[in-house]
Amino acid sequence: MTAFDSTFLDLGRLDSLSYNNTIIHRIDPRAKLIVTVVFIMAVVSFPKYALTGLIPFFTFPILIAYLAELPIGFLFRKLVIVSPFALFIGIFNPFLDREVITRLGFMNITGGWISFASVILRFILTVSAALILIATTSFPGICNALDRLKVPRIFVIQLMFLYRFIFVLTEEALRMVRARRIRAVDQKHPSFKLFVQMLGLLFIRTLDRAERIYLAMQSRGFDGEVRTLKKLSFTFGDLAFVCLFLLLFAILRLTNSSQLLGNLLLKAFQ
Amino acid sequence: MHMADALISPTVGATFAAVSGAAVIYSARKLKESANEKIVPLMGVMGAFVFAAQMINFTIPGTGSSGHLGGGMILAILLGPHGGFLTLASVLIVQALFFGDGGLLALGCNIFNMAFWTCFVAYPLIYRNIVRQGSRPAAMTLGIIGAVLVAIQLGAFSVVIQTLLSGRSDLPFLSFVLLMQPIHLAIGLVEGLVTAAFIAFVKKVRPEILEAGTTSIPGTQVPIRKALVGLSIFALVTGGILSWFASRHPDGLEWSIKKITGATEISEPIDGVIPMLGSIQKKTALFPDYEFKDTKAPPKEENQIEQTQIDQNASMISPGTTVAGVVGSLMTLVLACFIGFAIKRRKRRAS
Repeated sequence: MTAFDSTFLDLGRLDSLSYNNTIIHRIDPRAKLIVTVVFIMAVVSFPKYALTGLIPFFTFPILIAYLAELPIGFLFRKLVIVSPFALFIGIFNPFLDREVITRLGFMNITGGWISFASVILRFILTVSAALILIATTSFPGICNALDRLKVPRIFVIQLMFLYRFIFVLTEEALRMVRARRIRAVDQKHPSFKLFVQMLGLLFIRTLDRAERIYLAMQSRGFDGEVRTLKKLSFTFGDLAFVCLFLLLFAILRLTNSSQLLGNLLLKAFQ
Repeated sequence: MHMADALISPTVGATFAAVSGAAVIYSARKLKESANEKIVPLMGVMGAFVFAAQMINFTIPGTGSSGHLGGGMILAILLGPHGGFLTLASVLIVQALFFGDGGLLALGCNIFNMAFWTCFVAYPLIYRNIVRQGSRPAAMTLGIIGAVLVAIQLGAFSVVIQTLLSGRSDLPFLSFVLLMQPIHLAIGLVEGLVTAAFIAFVKKVRPEILEAGTTSIPGTQVPIRKALVGLSIFALVTGGILSWFASRHPDGLEWSIKKITGATEISEPIDGVIPMLGSIQKKTALFPDYEFKDTKAPPKEENQIEQTQIDQNASMISPGTTVAGVVGSLMTLVLACFIGFAIKRRKRRAS
């Protein structure tokens, strides 16, 4: 299986996960969007050398992933293959910041290693929050939330179009890539010239298909507005969800619970 | 390259989110004024096209390594600056959600780095000035490659500035610039070549699309100066307000000011808002002292003997605290997982 195949399958799997019906999936998309954004803000707002303070924040993704019955292994695999720009930049820290800050047993620990570890923790927390949001909310749900949060209508509608076309066009591209691969086994990727031709062909097919679909939609009365049967209502439960998690994030941000727990444990054993 | 949540501070993230959000609203308004409703589905389709095209890898000539398309300038050329901007922003949203490329808070930064420079600076100032109706193919290629190169250089430079202002990385400004700009010169050249070849292909097969892109879609003539001035004022104001709030905590901006001025502490006025805020912080904040290292650690004194330095240096944390931190963190993780398992078990029993 090529990288393209697995990306395409992952896309479909995330999409189908988002149509499950669990306690988390039923919560209003706006509530989940707000909670996720505040979560990321809280994680990112920790100072550069924060480490123990970040750990308790893992409660949120783990809790939601279990409640929403998401496959943890799948999410973890997605996390690993994410483009590692943050880690690429972060890995310089241990070489640049060599000031010894603390000791653990025989090891001297420098500031650079701690800030690098902090970047890794931030990376895992923020990326998993985004993946969990999409896996529990569905893309149309998020579009709906954006619409209700007064994001310009034109932008939201074209976002919905984009999403509907992604699967069709990615499949088309996948077929072209496969067809070339079969005809040229020894060449892993197409040459520059062939690539441009493939791109052009994909583009022409895209336009023709878009034209057909647009005409079909117009003949069925499409007027630029996307209507859904599912009525969104912000219930008391949604409000409770938001308040509960905001309170949790505030507590975790303002106290260092894992340090407190550690102190307590060490004292108890002394 | 996508800016990541893990590297930015809330101030930087929120400032750029505000700027990109304003640019989205501005572009949407401009499109609405042009009342070309057919362009909205076309934007969606083109966004999906770029998304699918990005997944096809090709062999970069002369190197043997593989690369893929970015597609920003293609969108700007085919849809005009406003349509192109909105479409590229949507592609970035989908990437952030489904692939975790960048992140939700860094989305504003990424839209700014990739879509803003491409559609509102490189496209009108370079592409539109070189390529006109009936331009010769050579001029077209030149205009496209030039525009793409400038857009990607500006984007890479923005990544450097954003990382620096956030203060999560120790990379000094100069080495970071020397690391980023040459890599992106190569990336920009390849992207420019692909874009130019693709546009030439479209011109050959479906010339009417390109003509439509430059003539019938209104709003191609952007009053670019007005938009730029307005946006930069907006950016300065939001950034200023946010960093004023953020400066209550030792945050990125403060850190970078420290790096630039070389001073360990900026002398604070004795009366006024800052000491007042400071005292509020001391009263309300439980957290300034618990982390491994206080950002305002006193400068290291070199002439001390190493042993006493370890004992006396205020930035050193006693090993006991460290052990407690490690034990506590592990326990917290175990607890979090345990809660998860408990939920799963109960659910299985219930079903």
